[in-house]
Amino acid sequence: MITSLAIDRLAVSRGDRVLFSGLSLNLAAGQAVALVGANGAGKTSLLRVIAGLIRPEAGEVVFTDAADPVAPEDARSRDLHMIGHQDGLKTGRTAWEELLFQVLWTGGSRASAEAACQRLDLRRLLDLEVRKLSAGQRRRLALARLIASPRSLWLLDEPLAPLDAERRAFAGVLMREHLDAGGLIVAAVHDPLPVEARLFEVGA
Amino acid sequence: MVLMRRELALSWGRGGGPMLAVAFYAAMATLLPLATGPAPSQLAVVAPGSAWLALALASLLSLERLFERDYEDGALDLLALGPAPLELVAAAKCLAQWITTAAPLALAAPVAAVALGASTALMPLICITALIGGLGFCFCGGIGAALSLGSRRGGLLIAVIVLPLFAPPVIFGAGAIEAYAGGLDWRTPLLFLCAYSLATAGLGPFAMAAACRNALS
Repeated sequence: MITSLAIDRLAVSRGDRVLFSGLSLNLAAGQAVALVGANGAGKTSLLRVIAGLIRPEAGEVVFTDAADPVAPEDARSRDLHMIGHQDGLKTGRTAWEELLFQVLWTGGSRASAEAACQRLDLRRLLDLEVRKLSAGQRRRLALARLIASPRSLWLLDEPLAPLDAERRAFAGVLMREHLDAGGLIVAAVHDPLPVEARLFEVGA
Repeated sequence: MVLMRRELALSWGRGGGPMLAVAFYAAMATLLPLATGPAPSQLAVVAPGSAWLALALASLLSLERLFERDYEDGALDLLALGPAPLELVAAAKCLAQWITTAAPLALAAPVAAVALGASTALMPLICITALIGGLGFCFCGGIGAALSLGSRRGGLLIAVIVLPLFAPPVIFGAGAIEAYAGGLDWRTPLLFLCAYSLATAGLGPFAMAAACRNALS
């Protein structure tokens, strides 16, 4: 289990444009960081670098488990969740089929997927095809994956944007529980997160 | 494996799934006599070869969506963060493609060849070569599909990348059938066909995973 994340003098460029360089950030178990910055500042790119989907120009991302470094590939394949702009749900399949696959793929079980649906009040939606779900409902499916397969580092890209006020508050409860259990959260946001989080400006 | 189940379900439904490929194949087989003239003696000569040509083209059909859909809707991110490396993911996708597209085509191929006038004694060999060659088509085509990720009109690009690489299986597959029909040694081309398919199945996943990583970053 990842207990801390250290980003050391990271430089990332997209095409010819340098998004940021010399970016360092440390995060320990139970902490959350809210990445803020203008559109295009590189918040999403930073999350994707942490997830290993983009290679940085310079610097490194180090995951540790109680002072022992964890190989980045292991950390990313076992202990990291990402919610991006796109949720990877296939529109032609039912919500339950897609959720179950995502949960099993990321290390959860059928029982944990059912429990997560119960908690997020998704049961009515499960038989519907994904194409019939609203943006907010799809996001709640993605949140269900987060709690159904326990992984300690959550990378969230605008996690609350499509949710209504009540669901936002509830997402805050889920994040709070995750942090209390020793999890870590890095979230790119424009609105404040519903949990206490350190603000970190990207691209300034 | 959970991924395999999903890939099978997806490729079964992808763009009409196996029915589309088989229908395309049937249409090709129907057009051939219209193009070459219906004289049975003429048709019987070209039947095995053209059955193979049609097979290569039909197996291109649904390749475009092999990685493209997962890339577009973000599922490839999720697959990259799973317990298995992308190489295995790519291999599972191609295997699913083989089972859902190449296997039905391998059943249709001998029927089409016999309808064109090939001898019924050739049916088992046509089916077997189509099945083995189909494995090569899927893995080789998968490389093209992964390389063309993110480009518009990827389907055309795949065809241009992949069709030249389809030359060896077409030569060996059709060659084995011709040799068998002519009473010559047909095992050697068949073994070459197996070698080609196994080589693409062994090396293809690495190329596909590298191309996917490149497309993601």
